[in-house]
Amino acid sequence: MPDVVVIGAGMVGAACAYYAAREGLSVTVLDRASVAGGTTGSGEGNVLVSDKEPGPELDLAVLSCRLWAELAAEAGEPGGFEHEPKGGLVVAESDEVLRALTELAGRQEKSGVATRPVAADELARYEPHLAPGFAGGVFYPQDAQVQPMLAAARLLRRWPGVALRTGTEVTGLLMDRGRVTGVRTSAGDIPAGAVVNAAGVWGGEVAALAGVTLPIMPRRGFILVTEPLTARADGRPLVRHKVYTAAYVTNVASDSEGLETSAVVEATQAGTVLIGASRERVGFDRTVSLPVLARLARQAVGLFPALADVRAIRAYCGFRPYCPDHLPVIGADPRAPGLYHACGHEGAGIGLAPVTGLLVARHLTGAVPELDLAPFRPDRFAGAAA
Amino acid sequence: MTGHDAAYDLAVVGAGPAGLAAAGVAARAGLRVALLDAGARVGGQYFRQPPDGFHASRPGALHHGYSRFVRLRDGLGDADVLLGHRVWAVEPAAGGGFAVHCLKGGRERATTVAATRLLVATGAHDRVLPFPGWDLPGVMTAGGAQALLKGNLVVAGRRVVVAGTGPFLLPVATSLAAAGARVVGVFEAGGRFALAPRALTRPGKAVEALGYGGRLARHRVPYKGGRAVVAAHGAGELTHVTVARVDAEWRPYRRGHETVRCDTLAIGYGFTPQLDLVAQLGCEIGADAAGGPAVRVDRHMRTSVPGVYAAGETTGVGGADLAELEGAIAGRAVVADARGVPAAGDPAAVRAEVRRRRLAAFADALLRAYPVRDGWTSWLRDDTPICRCEEVPYRRVREARDLGAADARSIKLLARPGMGWCQGRICGEAVARLAGEDPGPPRRPIAQPVRLGDLADMDERTSDDDA
Ligand SMILES: Cc1cc2nc3c(=O)[nH]c(=O)nc-3n(C[C@H](O)[C@H](O)[C@H](O)COP(=O)(O)OP(=O)(O)OC[C@H]3O[C@@H](n4cnc5c(N)ncnc54)[C@H](O)[C@@H]3O)c2cc1C
Ligand SMILES: Cc1cc2nc3c(=O)[nH]c(=O)nc-3n(C[C@H](O)[C@H](O)[C@H](O)COP(=O)(O)OP(=O)(O)OC[C@H]3O[C@@H](n4cnc5c(N)ncnc54)[C@H](O)[C@@H]3O)c2cc1C
Repeated sequence: MPDVVVIGAGMVGAACAYYAAREGLSVTVLDRASVAGGTTGSGEGNVLVSDKEPGPELDLAVLSCRLWAELAAEAGEPGGFEHEPKGGLVVAESDEVLRALTELAGRQEKSGVATRPVAADELARYEPHLAPGFAGGVFYPQDAQVQPMLAAARLLRRWPGVALRTGTEVTGLLMDRGRVTGVRTSAGDIPAGAVVNAAGVWGGEVAALAGVTLPIMPRRGFILVTEPLTARADGRPLVRHKVYTAAYVTNVASDSEGLETSAVVEATQAGTVLIGASRERVGFDRTVSLPVLARLARQAVGLFPALADVRAIRAYCGFRPYCPDHLPVIGADPRAPGLYHACGHEGAGIGLAPVTGLLVARHLTGAVPELDLAPFRPDRFAGAAA
Repeated sequence: MTGHDAAYDLAVVGAGPAGLAAAGVAARAGLRVALLDAGARVGGQYFRQPPDGFHASRPGALHHGYSRFVRLRDGLGDADVLLGHRVWAVEPAAGGGFAVHCLKGGRERATTVAATRLLVATGAHDRVLPFPGWDLPGVMTAGGAQALLKGNLVVAGRRVVVAGTGPFLLPVATSLAAAGARVVGVFEAGGRFALAPRALTRPGKAVEALGYGGRLARHRVPYKGGRAVVAAHGAGELTHVTVARVDAEWRPYRRGHETVRCDTLAIGYGFTPQLDLVAQLGCEIGADAAGGPAVRVDRHMRTSVPGVYAAGETTGVGGADLAELEGAIAGRAVVADARGVPAAGDPAAVRAEVRRRRLAAFADALLRAYPVRDGWTSWLRDDTPICRCEEVPYRRVREARDLGAADARSIKLLARPGMGWCQGRICGEAVARLAGEDPGPPRRPIAQPVRLGDLADMDERTSDDDA
C-alpha cells in the first residue's frame, strides 16, 4: 500500500509526487490517459512572476520560480526540460499604461520580485525587433520557461519511490467513516495513506467522488505556433525574452466571460515562436475559433512587425482549470480527511507546480509549510459545504 | 490584400474526380459553384495533368480514363474554377453558410470565398511507414512516383523498385515500366494473393488484376508477395535496397534477404484520407474498414454538419471510380437541398446509389485484404528517422514511451514527431501505430501554413465590420 496516491500525471501531480517522494513517502501516480495528456500538454511553459498582482498567488510564484531553478540545477543544467531563465519584458503602449506598470512593479518588488525599468529608448537593447513607439517597459529577470510535458515526465522519474500508472482511471474513492482511504480505479482498488487530487480542470469531478464540491471550471486558451525560424545573422533569436504588453496584467485577473487576448510572444528551443494565449469561458469546446487566432496574430505582429512574414503552422487549445477567485486549491480538505487537493491553478499551473508540490508534501508529513495556506483552502468557497 | 469574393451556392474544395463530378452536376443544374484546388490544373491525383507546354505526344497515354477526364472537365458548365487556391481553414460564416479561407498563387495572397454549402473532396495522401534509409534521395512514395510520372513525365532510364502493400503498386509499376523505367521488381509485403477472394469474384476488377498481370509480364517485371523492403542504402543517394522475406505479421525471416540494385524506390502502404477541413468543421469522423479515419456521410454524402458534404477519398479510400460516383451523388444532393426537395427519388439516383454500395463494398474488401501489419516496427533501428521535419529518430520515440507517453499525442508532446512543417501528415500514421493505436482524425486548425500578417488582417477585417 503506497503512502500516497496522486490522481493526475500533469505538471502539478508530477510535482506533488516528486516532493512527497523526496520526503521519503512512497507514491503511486495514476492517470486515465498519459503523462502530461491534460492541460499540461496543451498550454505553455511560462514560469512568471511578472503577471501577478502582489498577494498570495505572487508569494507562491516567487518561491516557485526559485524551486524551478533548483529542480533544473539538480539534474544538470537545463534539467532535461529546457529550463530557460530568460526574463520577461512587459511593454507599455502609452505613458499612462507605463505609469500603471511602473507602479505595479514597485509593489511587486516588496514581494520579492526583481524589476528593472526600461526606458523607451532602451527597449531595442532588450528586443531589437520590437515595434517602435512603445512608451517603455519593465524587465523581470526572474521570469523563466520550461517545456512542461518533459518537466512532468522527468520529475516523475527522479525518485524511485514514485510509481506511475497510466491508462488507469479513478472512478471512486475508498471511504471509511468519512475518511478517504484510497481510490477505486478501472484496474482495481488501491488503498493508500492519503489521496492527492491533482486532476486539474477535472479536479471538481474527483472532489465530488468524496462528496465535496470544488468549483473548478475550464477557461479556454488558444496558442499559435510558427514555423521554426532560422537563426538571424547575429545568431540570436528574433524574440529574445518573453514579451507582452501591459494589457495582459488586467486580463489575467478579469472576470469577463468574453474573449480576451493579450499575446505573450516567446521563442522556444525548437526554433518556433509561441504566441499565446487567449482566455475565454466557453466550457470544453474545442471548435477552432479563427477570430481568436486572428487576434493573437495581430497582437504578435503589433509587437514584432517582422513576424508578419512568418508563417503559423499550428494552433492548439487547452482548458485552464480556474476557481471563481482565481486562486488554486492547495492542501488538506477538512470536509474529507485523507483527501488533499492540488488543482485549479488556472493559467499558472506550470509555474506554480513546484511550490504546490512542496506545500502538499509538507502537509502530508505534518511539517510546517513555507507559506500560509489559508487563501488556498478547499472549503473557502461560499456554499461549498458538502 | 484580402477580400470577400462573390457568394456562391456551393464551394467545392478539391478538383479530383469527386470534386469535378460534384461541381459539374451542381453547375449544370444552375447553382453558382466555385471549384477550388491547390493545384495548377484540375484533375486531382488520378487525372493529374502534365504542365501546359509539356507537349506529350499523346496526352491520354497515361490514363485509361482520359476521355472520362475530358468529359468531367468539359462538363463544369459555368462553375468558377479557382486554381492555385490552397484552403487553410473553413468555418461557419456569421450570417450562415461557410467561409473558405484560401492562400492564392505563389505569393500566397489571402482570400476568402463565401458559399452557402460546402463540399469537401480533398482526396487522400500517401501512407508512409519509416524504415532505415527511407530519407535517402531516390526514395519516394508510390503516389509521389505516379504523380511525378503523370505530371512531369520524367522517369525513363531509371532503375526502379516498387514495394509496399496494396493493389496500387500494380498501376504504379506498369505505368513506370510503360514510361521507359526499368522496374526490377514489385515487392508486396502481404501475401501475393492477399486480394480477398470475394473481391476476385467481381469480374471487372479480376480482369483488371489480370490485365496488370499481363502488363507486368510484358515488361518482365517480377511480382513477389511476402517480401518487404526493410532498408534502403546509399551514400548520399539511393543505390540499393534490402528486400526481406516476411511472415504474415511482416517480421523478416532470418534467411532470404536479398540486395537489389536500384536508383529509385517507390514505396506505398496505401492512402490516408485528407480530413483537416472536415475536422475543423466538427464533422463526425468514423473508421474505415481497416480502422483508419474517414468522414461519416449519409447515403447522399451529407456529413453530420448541415450544409457540409464530402465525397471521394475523404469518405474512405476507394479509388477514382468511386470518387467520381460519390461526387455526382453529392452534387445531386446539394442541388436537391438547395431547392428544398427530397434528394432521393429519380431512377438515376437509385442506380447510382446501388452502384456506390457495390464499389464501396469492393473498396472495403481491398482495405481489409491489405492491412498494415505490426511487424514493420521490427525494421526500425535506433537511428531510423521517424519524423523528418523535426529530426526525431526512433530512439527518441522509445524514450518518450519509457517516460510514460502512453498514446500518440503524448509521444508527440515529449519527442516532437509531427510538430514540424508537415504537421504529422507523413509521420502521424507511424507514430500512432508505434503507440499501438489506430490513426485518429487530424486536429489541424491550420491546414496549410499561413502568414501571421494574413491572419492579423482577418482580425482587422472583423473589427472593421464591427465598427
Ligand atoms: C493555452 C494555455 C496556456 C497556458 N500557459 C501557461 C503558462 O505559460 N504557464 C503556466 O504556468 N501555466 C499555463 N497554463 C496553465 C497550465 O497549463 C495548467 O494550469 C496546468 O497544466 C495544470 O496542470 P495540472 O497538472 O493541474 O492539470 P492537467 O495537466 O490537466 O493534469 C490533470 C491530469 O489528471 C488526469 N485525470 C483527471 N481525472 C482523472 C481521473 N478520474 N482518473 C485518473 N486521472 C484523471 C487527466 O488525465 C490529466 O492528465 C496554460 C494553460 C492553457 C490552456
Ligand atoms: C500522390 C497520389 C497519386 C495517386 N495516383 C493515382 C493513380 O495514378 N491512379 C489511381 O487510380 N489512383 C491514384 N491515387 C489514388 C487517388 O486518391 C484516387 O484514385 C482519386 O484520385 C481520388 O479522387 P478524389 O477526388 O477523392 O481526390 P484527389 O484526386 O486526390 O483530389 C483531391 C484534390 O484536392 C486538392 N486539395 C486537397 N487539400 C486541399 C486544400 N487544403 N486546398 C485546396 N485543394 C486541396 C488536391 O490538390 C487534389 O487536387 C493517387 C493518390 C495520391 C495521393
